[in-house]
Amino acid sequence: MSEARERRDYTDGPLCLSGRNVTKVFGLGEKKTVAVDHVDFDFHEGEFVSIVGESGSGKTTLSKMLLGLLNSSEGEIFFEGKPRDISTGRRKREYWKGIQAIFQDPFSSFNVFHKIDSVLLDCINMRGGRSLSREKKIELMTEACSFVNLKFAELTNKYPFELSGGQMQRLMIARIFLLKPRILLADEPTSMVDACSRATILDMLLDLRDETGMTIIFITHDIGLAYYISDTVYIMEHGRFVESGRADTVILNPKAAYTKRLISDVPKIHEEWDLSTVDLKAE
Amino acid sequence: MKHTLRQVFHSSKFLVGFIIFLLILLTIWIYPFFNPGNPLEMIGVGTFARPGSYVSLYDALNTSTETLRLADADDKRLDKLLSDTDRISMLDWFDSAGVDVGDLDIEDTDTLLDLWFANYSSDLKPAGMTNAKRNYYKRLNNSLMQVRAADTLTITDVDEATGDPVTKGTVTKTDYVNIGQVANVKRLPLGTDNFGRDVLKELVSATGTSIIIGLIAGVVATLIGLTLGLLAGYVGGLADDIIMFITNIFTVIPSFVLLILISYSIGQEQRGASVVAIVIGFTSWTWTARSVRSQVISLRNRDHVNLSKLSGHSLVRIIATDILPYIASYVVMAFILQVSSGILSEAQLSLLGLGPKTTVTPTLGLMMNWAMLYSAHTNGSWWAYFPVILTITLISFSLNLMNTGLDQVFNPTLRD
Repeated sequence: MSEARERRDYTDGPLCLSGRNVTKVFGLGEKKTVAVDHVDFDFHEGEFVSIVGESGSGKTTLSKMLLGLLNSSEGEIFFEGKPRDISTGRRKREYWKGIQAIFQDPFSSFNVFHKIDSVLLDCINMRGGRSLSREKKIELMTEACSFVNLKFAELTNKYPFELSGGQMQRLMIARIFLLKPRILLADEPTSMVDACSRATILDMLLDLRDETGMTIIFITHDIGLAYYISDTVYIMEHGRFVESGRADTVILNPKAAYTKRLISDVPKIHEEWDLSTVDLKAE
Repeated sequence: MKHTLRQVFHSSKFLVGFIIFLLILLTIWIYPFFNPGNPLEMIGVGTFARPGSYVSLYDALNTSTETLRLADADDKRLDKLLSDTDRISMLDWFDSAGVDVGDLDIEDTDTLLDLWFANYSSDLKPAGMTNAKRNYYKRLNNSLMQVRAADTLTITDVDEATGDPVTKGTVTKTDYVNIGQVANVKRLPLGTDNFGRDVLKELVSATGTSIIIGLIAGVVATLIGLTLGLLAGYVGGLADDIIMFITNIFTVIPSFVLLILISYSIGQEQRGASVVAIVIGFTSWTWTARSVRSQVISLRNRDHVNLSKLSGHSLVRIIATDILPYIASYVVMAFILQVSSGILSEAQLSLLGLGPKTTVTPTLGLMMNWAMLYSAHTNGSWWAYFPVILTITLISFSLNLMNTGLDQVFNPTLRD
């Protein structure tokens, strides 16, 4: 991450995505599981929001609901101040022009039967560039690839599975660069790539935010990472937000027991790892 | 794609199955060039002629002869004439006529015949012997006498004016004709069936028809199963409930019963080969629908499908480009099995007399049906049904082998 990055305050911009009492229940009766339990949230324009929680806390379910891939059982989501309406295919497509995602596993995010070109061309078409000339399209794709340090000339006519995990995840970001959505939902985009690529990818996400004023909702289990990059942090436990607020406030002065545990579980290089908070009986 | 194909043809199981199937197809294509004509033509008047080469006797007599002196010619003639049953019957006669033969070996033709000619007399009436049995011994004696008779056989014609026999020519035991010079030789490698039709020609044609029936049934079943499975699996919800309700109804009713009822109600006149194939396809899609559905359900929540949705692709496009290619190998395997079971279903249905119309095209099932109706299995005419069974087995075997080979390529955990 570049140290010189200017830290602007985005946390009080206009609201772009908010939710009230958003709930998701799977199953019925005995088998009922509440994955997301009456959560409220307000994401502002240009804000870098992290949703932190351990596996099974409902992060991914929430992100699917935000993306409109899953219907919520209860509650309402507001997009740019108005209640979100994605009841028809046309409205959904319109909504997805404003919100896009990067998924956790780059290896399963691409259709293995499609070439890289067609992935990027899809984005240009979606932005209304269907009628552009072939040269213009290539220029756009080359620009997007160079933004993520990839060479389009080397990628053209290749299949996604011929790339490494880090390259694929960068290609995903190039896709977002072409689409320029208002909101980007990144669901653990760095968990499947090595530490070196991780820094690059995070840096690119921040660049993207600074260039286009995009809201980034970053979903992670790594509270340390969340502290370094985000403006706002939401801590999620068993489908509920136990704590939320500015990253510094939440992480430097945690109030909820769960947040304290998450913080102490982060391994530190110059100290002995404190495992006393791990409840072995609960395992 | 190229890589997958290479991998598929690298699998020895698939390759063996493919080659067998290809050979069957080649035979169907090439054989009619060597033996053209209607496969249902009744060339024989009798039923169930044995397999072998048939030489026209008339033409053979009119063919120029060569003289060959072969030492064992007489013995061979006798061996052909005297079957094992005849030899045992001769012993029986000695027994009832009270001739002491000691410990005679019935394989010892010379001694047996000497004893026979020394003792046999048609006037003798051993006690307890029926007239029919005595006539049988008379006939046997006559044919044995012929072998010992003069070396020449005279062919006569009747003079139209006087009615006296006129000698046309003679045939000696040492006269041979070259089979290549006889004008009419018919080779029937598998004999004829109950209608006197060439079984091999019929079999080749029937195999072709049966494979087409299997293919049509397979295409129909796979298309229905695939469409319903994709819709149920991908759309989910109410559509899934309705489709699975229908599928379950079809699953619990045994499809063969359904097949029999539908075939029966269509009626013999309307049942062409393609109609039967379509009916088979309509009753066997449930299995494909269920398995495609389960595959699609596991695919529809994958990230690449979500990404495609986010890219604004339509339902049809997502199914066609993000779901179908991933289950294509599976569908091909299901299709191969459907073809194989379609061929078997046709055979079962025809065996019950509910197959295609009998007069237009031969099918493997119909051939078995006729063989059964004319008791080929009880009168020992194995050539009327055994080659048919073998062909069905070979087709099924090759298709299943291809399926297993594909399974091993596409599910690496099954590889041994």
